[in-house]
Amino acid sequence: MGKKQAGTGPLSRRPDNSAFKQQRLPAWSPSLTAQTVLPTFYILSLVCLFLGIWLFITVENTYELKVDYTNAGTCERCFDLRKHVIASKTACTCTVSFQVPKLFQGDVFFYYGLRNFHQNLRRYMDSRDDAQMVGRKNNLKAPSSYCAPFDFDANKVPIAPCGAVANSVFNDSLTVVYNPADGSEIQVPLYRKGIAWYTDKNVKFRNPPTNDTFTLQQAFEGTTRPLYWQRPVYELDDTNSNNNGFINDDLIVWMREAAFPNFKKLYGVLNRAQGPFTEGLPPGNYTLSINYNFPVEPFRGRKELVISMVTWFGGQNYFLPIAYLVTSGLILVAAVVLTMVYVKVGKNGKNMEE
Amino acid sequence: MGSLLSACGINVKKKKVEEERHLRANDREFNLSFKYANNAIKTSKYNVFTFLPLNLFEQFQRLANAYFVFLLILQLIPQISSLSWFTTVVPLLLVLSITLAKDLSDDITRHKNDNHVNNRKVEVLINGELKSEKWMNVQVGDIVKLENNEFVTADLLLLSSSEPLNLIYIETAELDGLVSKPVNVNMNLADGANASLSAFLTFWSYVIILNTVVPISLYVSVEILRLGNSYFIDWDRKMYHVKSDTPAQARTTTLNEELGQIKYIFSDKTGTLTQNIMTFNRCSINGKSYGKSSKKKVDFSWNPLADPKFCFHDHKLVEVVKSGSPEVQAFFRLLALCHTVMPEEKTEELFYQAQSPDEGALVTAARNFGFVFRSRTPETISLVEMGVPTTYELLAVLDFNNVRKRMSVIVRSPEGKLTLFCKGADTIIYERLHPSSSKLMEVTTEHLNEYAGEGLRTLALAYKDLDEDEFEKWKERHHEASTSLEDREAKLDTIYEEIEKDLLLLGASAVEDKLQDGVPQTIEQLAKADIKIWVLTGDKQETAENIGYSCNMLREEMKEIFIVAANTAEEKSRLLGKKSQVVEDEKVDGEYGLVINGHSLVREIVLLIENRIYLTACMCQAVICCRVTPLQKAQVVELVKKHKKAVTLAIGDGANDVSMIKTAHIGVGISGQEGMQAVLSSDFSFAQFRYLQRLLLVHGRWSYLRMCKFLRYFFYKNFTFTFVHFWYGFFCGFSAQTVYDEWFITLYNLVYTALPVIGLSIFDQDVNDRWSFQYPQLYAPGQLNQYFSKMAFARILLHSCYSSLVLFFIPWAAMCDTVRDDGKDIADYQSFALLAQTCLLIAVSVQMGLDTYYWTAVNQFFLWGSLSVYFAVTFTMYSNGMYLIFTSSFPFIGTARNSLNQPNVWLTIFLTTILCILPVVAKRFLFIQLKPTINDKVRHKVRQAKAVPPPLPRKFPRRRISTRRSGYAFSHARGYGDLVTSGRFLRIPVKSRPALFPHTDTCESVRS
Repeated sequence: MGKKQAGTGPLSRRPDNSAFKQQRLPAWSPSLTAQTVLPTFYILSLVCLFLGIWLFITVENTYELKVDYTNAGTCERCFDLRKHVIASKTACTCTVSFQVPKLFQGDVFFYYGLRNFHQNLRRYMDSRDDAQMVGRKNNLKAPSSYCAPFDFDANKVPIAPCGAVANSVFNDSLTVVYNPADGSEIQVPLYRKGIAWYTDKNVKFRNPPTNDTFTLQQAFEGTTRPLYWQRPVYELDDTNSNNNGFINDDLIVWMREAAFPNFKKLYGVLNRAQGPFTEGLPPGNYTLSINYNFPVEPFRGRKELVISMVTWFGGQNYFLPIAYLVTSGLILVAAVVLTMVYVKVGKNGKNMEE
Repeated sequence: MGSLLSACGINVKKKKVEEERHLRANDREFNLSFKYANNAIKTSKYNVFTFLPLNLFEQFQRLANAYFVFLLILQLIPQISSLSWFTTVVPLLLVLSITLAKDLSDDITRHKNDNHVNNRKVEVLINGELKSEKWMNVQVGDIVKLENNEFVTADLLLLSSSEPLNLIYIETAELDGLVSKPVNVNMNLADGANASLSAFLTFWSYVIILNTVVPISLYVSVEILRLGNSYFIDWDRKMYHVKSDTPAQARTTTLNEELGQIKYIFSDKTGTLTQNIMTFNRCSINGKSYGKSSKKKVDFSWNPLADPKFCFHDHKLVEVVKSGSPEVQAFFRLLALCHTVMPEEKTEELFYQAQSPDEGALVTAARNFGFVFRSRTPETISLVEMGVPTTYELLAVLDFNNVRKRMSVIVRSPEGKLTLFCKGADTIIYERLHPSSSKLMEVTTEHLNEYAGEGLRTLALAYKDLDEDEFEKWKERHHEASTSLEDREAKLDTIYEEIEKDLLLLGASAVEDKLQDGVPQTIEQLAKADIKIWVLTGDKQETAENIGYSCNMLREEMKEIFIVAANTAEEKSRLLGKKSQVVEDEKVDGEYGLVINGHSLVREIVLLIENRIYLTACMCQAVICCRVTPLQKAQVVELVKKHKKAVTLAIGDGANDVSMIKTAHIGVGISGQEGMQAVLSSDFSFAQFRYLQRLLLVHGRWSYLRMCKFLRYFFYKNFTFTFVHFWYGFFCGFSAQTVYDEWFITLYNLVYTALPVIGLSIFDQDVNDRWSFQYPQLYAPGQLNQYFSKMAFARILLHSCYSSLVLFFIPWAAMCDTVRDDGKDIADYQSFALLAQTCLLIAVSVQMGLDTYYWTAVNQFFLWGSLSVYFAVTFTMYSNGMYLIFTSSFPFIGTARNSLNQPNVWLTIFLTTILCILPVVAKRFLFIQLKPTINDKVRHKVRQAKAVPPPLPRKFPRRRISTRRSGYAFSHARGYGDLVTSGRFLRIPVKSRPALFPHTDTCESVRS
């Protein structure tokens, strides 16, 4: 098949009689008839309704609390201080108190949220060097040109981690204190590790090779910290030496750039091992104390603390359930209209006459 | 036979301003001193060294390629590059190399053809002896000797011919071969808005992103599906002609979809509609009709000189001839004597060179019935009458012309009897009959009507015995008239008139101008598809009209058939003015036919009144232009092309159709019988006219449908793709950040959606071929270009806009403030990119499913395969291994794993798909119910008739034409009468130029 038969018989140039060549391949020709379209619409309407209700119930049992601390409480002062670059190295702490009206049952997640911070600007996003942060020795001291102007400092010393993304890492530290009715103060214990994607922590970010005699600090020798950083990358976590270098959880979380200008990033997970937190986060008064470093005034942004529960469906998100319910309604309306049109015009087949 | 010609190799190419040239025949040295061009032909474009640079240069001159190179340069600037360079360079290289390969193979073919033509041998007279020389080495001034049926590739001056009458027969063919028609694809570039810091750079970054609207893959896919549809034409068994072992051939691959938009067909008559075979079918002799009845062929073996190809089906006639009936013998004697046919005897076989096939048929009939025309000299005609050689003295030929519509000869038989034999149109002959024939006339008229009803071309035959004295007197006057210097024609006519009277009727002959198989059916089908058919022929008006009736173009039930036969411009324009008035008044509610006599189609007149012709003609169902030259054929096509923005198709078989075939948008050549000139310059070729309906109604319609579906879908998917970027611009500060992974952008058109859309546009058919024939009306949307008009394009834009809004804002709203089920990030850029691209791909795939009418296994495989490939490729590219090997190329590590295991991601994908698709379904359903198109209706019928296949196209009964008849059996040009009788031709060979360098008429007649 396909080839012309050899020889010069009387029918030597006759094309093959294959279904493919004669365009007679067996085929299924569906078409939009009332018998297919109308049932589909009704069924999809039901499916959407069911999903919508189910999701709605799920979301109803999920709580979320947002505490904007940009210039709330005693943070007004810090907010003003951070307006000026000169004072950027001056430490500033402040507190904001807030109330939790209802018990957050189960696992509770603490996020820091930023508004109007565009992590998704093209040139900002590109300003990083994955090869450096995967711990390649060669790349460590030769940052990619994409990092410019954050690739070398004024003395031509390579910056690690290089680039605008790392440079602008969120550097407020947050502490939440529970104030029960008895007047005591209990710090809410947070897991500050295991907050990044497994693949990021274990594959995408790696430290330069070290061993018992060759410390992380030595590995980073010959590099300098990013311009805005107060500590070098190998000293990010005082409490846990395994959380230093490129594999620092906070750094990894930050390096996963947000898609939209308003976003929240995981800060910690409630440690429910003890005290009043075994059930979750109890209702009552809380105080948030902040080591206020991250300036938001230049981009007219806001900062907030977000406390949230999660379900199988993720965090509290009313959009999808409502969207499903609305869609279900629309489909139903459309189905009814189509049915009416069909009954009135198409049923007797008169519209199909020539 | 051989002809001696001299080459005065005036090179065809690059004629400079007229200048005087000096040359001496047969003096090479002298001629070489002027450095005239040589005679080698070169149609190839490149040689080994120039191929690559020249071809690349040409390719980059194409707007599209230049545009892609420009994009590539932009992408190489890091400040601008929003996409990696490989997104453009890979497809560009692909396109360039494919085109390169194609051009290479084309040029190799041209080189081969050139070599073939240049190396043909010819006899050249060098230093007094004939030497075999290659055509390319023929020099200006050489004398060459040509034999019969040899090719000529130079301008020659005829010096002498070996033919007795110094006649030569020439077919003018154009040797430049292939035509390729450039196709322009318009490109629209959308501008990206911008609001951010460095507006200029960002602008160009957006230009790069938005290039997906017109990606290279569009060009590649269009080429592929055109090629596919061309192959389907080549492979079609229903367009394969068994007898000549000729399959249909798509010689150009770029015009398939235009086959579905034809509004005007310009057809040649002879060889295209008709077989150019005249058969002597019936005759009426002395009131008796012969030729009907028995199926058995008459056996002519009793006649050693009979033409074996001749068939006749009535034994009675042979018996009557054998029995020696004087009327019947006179009948055939007339046919054997009264004509201008040239005999040619070769190796015991007798051939006739007739100026028109009608005459040939009549003389052959006489030959088979025992009156064999053997040879002629200027003064005699030799016959073999029933085995007895007889020589007649030819005293005068009263030649045919348009006004006389008859021809007579005056001969003296061996016994010395003077007789005038006359044949002509029945009305003309009837006027000149002796009263004693009136009874016979009545009977014969009945027979004539019967023959005409069968579509035969009839002729009345009469004779008259002359008195010697009377004739002598007449001959003197005739001599006087023929030598007079003023008004010779008119005087001769009067003289002829004098002697052609009181004729005795012998009977009538009926010749069938055989149509090609299936011509009437095809024409009826095409007419139903609202395709206007124009027949352009060199024939006379009557012939053309007659054919118009017999092949169903002109119909009895037509409201009016205009016949415009005027000789001057004013007359014609006045006539036309009146006609168009009529048509306009009646608002074209009936079918009209128009017959234009080409006398007045000469160029000046075309210019004068072209608007009128066009106005009138375009309103008529069928138009027949008679007596047009090849050049005029092309002009008529040009006229319609210019005034009506419609797609035109020209179909023909001979060299005289080449100009028309080249002028029309699409040229179709009938291959097989004649030379290859028409085929060589055509875009499509097949063996029979009837295949045209399959080419247009099935292949053309499907190709158009497929191409439009392809374009609509392609633009839909790419506009949607691009608009999503635009919406994202509102969130990323118009920084030209792409929504999707760069790899997805590269592979979207190239891999993920390439095969399904090609599958759709190669296999799709709304209804199968039988139904396409059953409802030729299905062809109409293509003529109006309804499937891909500006309106349709606007609808695509709106649809894309809606889809992109859904595809961006639903995922945005669903993701912007949510987290994974373990509290970790999912609103990050990479997860969102993955979600957005998955939503897009699934939505456009479902849309593709909705657009597909014809789901073959291949379509299913392509669609599901592409989706699977998408997921497979995505998981691979986002895997640890790829990241660790190519760190900076695959930064999306782990995104697929972390994101696609989330239920809310899938719920979002489901919702976007529903919201993209259901409105389309609802809209289509509503339109099918409320305003069904012809397409919907036929598809509805197909569904109802699933069990019962549609009836085969009915057989058309042969139309009975009761009121028409044509008394035409002469050549349409003035005959050879002069040449035959005057002895001059021997001394002044190049006297009758029209016969030597025929434009149309002789060309057609010579071919028989």
